Amino acid sequence: MIDLRELYQDIILDHGRHPRNFRKIDHPSHFAQGHNPLCGDRMTVYLALDGDRISDVSFEGRGCAISTAAASLMTEVLKGKTITDARALFAQFHARVTGGELEELPEPLAEEMDRLEPLTGVKAYPARVKCATLSWHAVEAALNGGGTGTTVKTE
Amino acid sequence: MTTASVRSIYPSPGGIDPRRLRREFPIFANNPELVFLDSAASAQKPRAVIDGTAEYYRTDYANVHRGVYRLSARSTELYEEARDKVRRFLNAADRREVVFVRNTTEAINLVAQSWGPAFLRDGDEVLISELEHHSNIVPWQLLRDRTGIRLVVAPIDTTGGLDLSAFEARLSPRTRLVAVTHIANATGTLVPVERVVELAHRHGAKVLIDGSQAAPRLPVNVQALGCDFYAFTGHKVYGPTGIGVLYGRFDVLSAMPPYQGGGEMILYVSFEKTEYQEPPHRFEAGTPDIAGAIGLGLALDFIEELGREAILEHEEALTGYGVDRLSRIPGLRLLGAGQRRLGILSFDLEGVHPHDVSQVLDQHHVAVRAGHHCAQPLMERLGLSGTTRASLGVYNDESDIDRLVTAIEAAREMFVR
Repeated sequence: MIDLRELYQDIILDHGRHPRNFRKIDHPSHFAQGHNPLCGDRMTVYLALDGDRISDVSFEGRGCAISTAAASLMTEVLKGKTITDARALFAQFHARVTGGELEELPEPLAEEMDRLEPLTGVKAYPARVKCATLSWHAVEAALNGGGTGTTVKTE
Repeated sequence: MTTASVRSIYPSPGGIDPRRLRREFPIFANNPELVFLDSAASAQKPRAVIDGTAEYYRTDYANVHRGVYRLSARSTELYEEARDKVRRFLNAADRREVVFVRNTTEAINLVAQSWGPAFLRDGDEVLISELEHHSNIVPWQLLRDRTGIRLVVAPIDTTGGLDLSAFEARLSPRTRLVAVTHIANATGTLVPVERVVELAHRHGAKVLIDGSQAAPRLPVNVQALGCDFYAFTGHKVYGPTGIGVLYGRFDVLSAMPPYQGGGEMILYVSFEKTEYQEPPHRFEAGTPDIAGAIGLGLALDFIEELGREAILEHEEALTGYGVDRLSRIPGLRLLGAGQRRLGILSFDLEGVHPHDVSQVLDQHHVAVRAGHHCAQPLMERLGLSGTTRASLGVYNDESDIDRLVTAIEAAREMFVR
C-alpha cells in the first residue's frame, strides 16, 4: 500500500491550510485564471512585473490541498525571478511531476526546485498531476497573454 | 440453457442479503478490499449479466431483423424478448413504447432532436429544474439555439428539494414540455414526479422524466405516473454499458419523426422517398447493441428476482443508516437534509476539498465520486464547487457505511486541525 503521506507531506498540508500570498494584487501587470474542468476548481494568479523580473506574485481561488499548496509554494519560489527563470522552473517542475525529460538547471534555480520537491508525490497519482500544475499553467497563460486576463484549462 | 431463462438463484424471503449477494458480483472476489460506494455513477455487474452476455455470443449470436436463417430468428427473438422485459420493468402498456438507445443522455437527446423541432415553435417553453444533470440541461440548450424556444428553470427550496409552488408558478400556456429528474444524482433528493406530471398535464405540457437514479432503486410504473417519456440507462441497473431505454407513450412516439436515418428504421427506400417504420424501430437506426439489450434484460431479471420493493426497502434502510452515521461527523454537511433521499449521500466536509476526501477514502479502499457530479448549476446554487458522494447498491450493507465513516474520520484527522 502506498503511503498517503508521500502525497500529503507536512509542508503540503501546511501550505494547503495556510496558503502564502493568497490575495489579489490590485493593479497586476499580468493575471490569468486557471480552470480544472474535471473538478470545477478555479484559481486566479496575479503578477506584478518590474522589467522582466517578477516583483510580486499572488493567487486567489478555491482548490484542493494539492492545488492550493502548489500555488502557494509556486508564489514563494517565483518572487524575484525573471520570466526566463520562471519558464525554466515550470519546465523542470512539469517534467518532475509527469516523469518527463529533466533538463539541467543553473545552481540557484536547482535549489528553488528542491523546495517544490514535496509536490512530486503526485507522480504516483495521475489524476492529481493537474492539481499540482494548475497554478503554473495559469502563470504561463498570464505571461503569454500579455496582461489581459485569460483562462487556461487543464484539459 | 438459453440466455433467456435464468434460474431463480436469489430467493430473498427476508429482503436483500448484501453479504450473500456480493458473491454474485465477481468484482468483489477480484477486489476483496473494495468498498464500492459509487453505484450512482455505474453499478457493478452480477454474474448472470456477465456470463449471460458471453453465453449469448457463444450460442445465439447473429444480426437481428435480417436473416431468414434460424440463428438470426433466435437472436431477434432474444433481442425482442429483452424489450418485453423492459416493458414489464416500467409497466408500459405496449412493447412498442420501448426504444433501445445508448444511455439516458441519448434518450433525452432523441426527444430534444426529434420531438423538439417537430412540435416546438419560437417562444415555446421547456421547463426543467435546478436539480438536473447536465444531460437534462444541455440537449435543451442545443434545441433552444436551433429553434428559439425558451428554457425555464424551476428553483430548489432551501433544503435542496424541488420547490413545487415555484415550479407551478413557472408553468405557463407556453410550457410544452417539463423535463425533470426522478432522483437528483448530486443530492439523492426525490422529486414528487406524480405531482409534477399532474400539474404539467393540467397546463397541457408533456412530461419527460430522467429515471437514471430511480430505475435501480424504485418500482417504476409509467402508466400510473402518466408521464409521456421516461428515460433510464442500463449500466446503472446492474446491466451493461452502451444500452439504455427511452419509454414514450405510443401516440407520442408515433407522431415523432425519425431521430437518425439508416438501416433497420425503414419500410421502403428509394432515392426519391423513404417510408419509415413504426416505433420503436423508427428510432433504432443501424444494427443495435443486441448483446447490450439482452444483457439489460438479464439485469432486469436479476432485479425482479430480488424484488423491487425489497430493493427499495434495502436502499431506504441503508440510506437512513448512512444519514444517521454521517450526520454525527463534526463539520460534515449532508446535502438535502430534511428531504426524502434515496441511495445517495452527498456531503461537504468543512475545510477539506472533495478530491482530498476521496483520495484518503481510496487509500481505505472506499470508492466514491468527488466533484460536481455533472450538475454544475446546482453546485453553484448551493455555493459549493463540488461534494463527495457515496451511493448505494444492493451489495452494500452497514459495514460499508462504517468503513466510509472511519475513512472520513481519517481524512478529517489529516486535514482539519
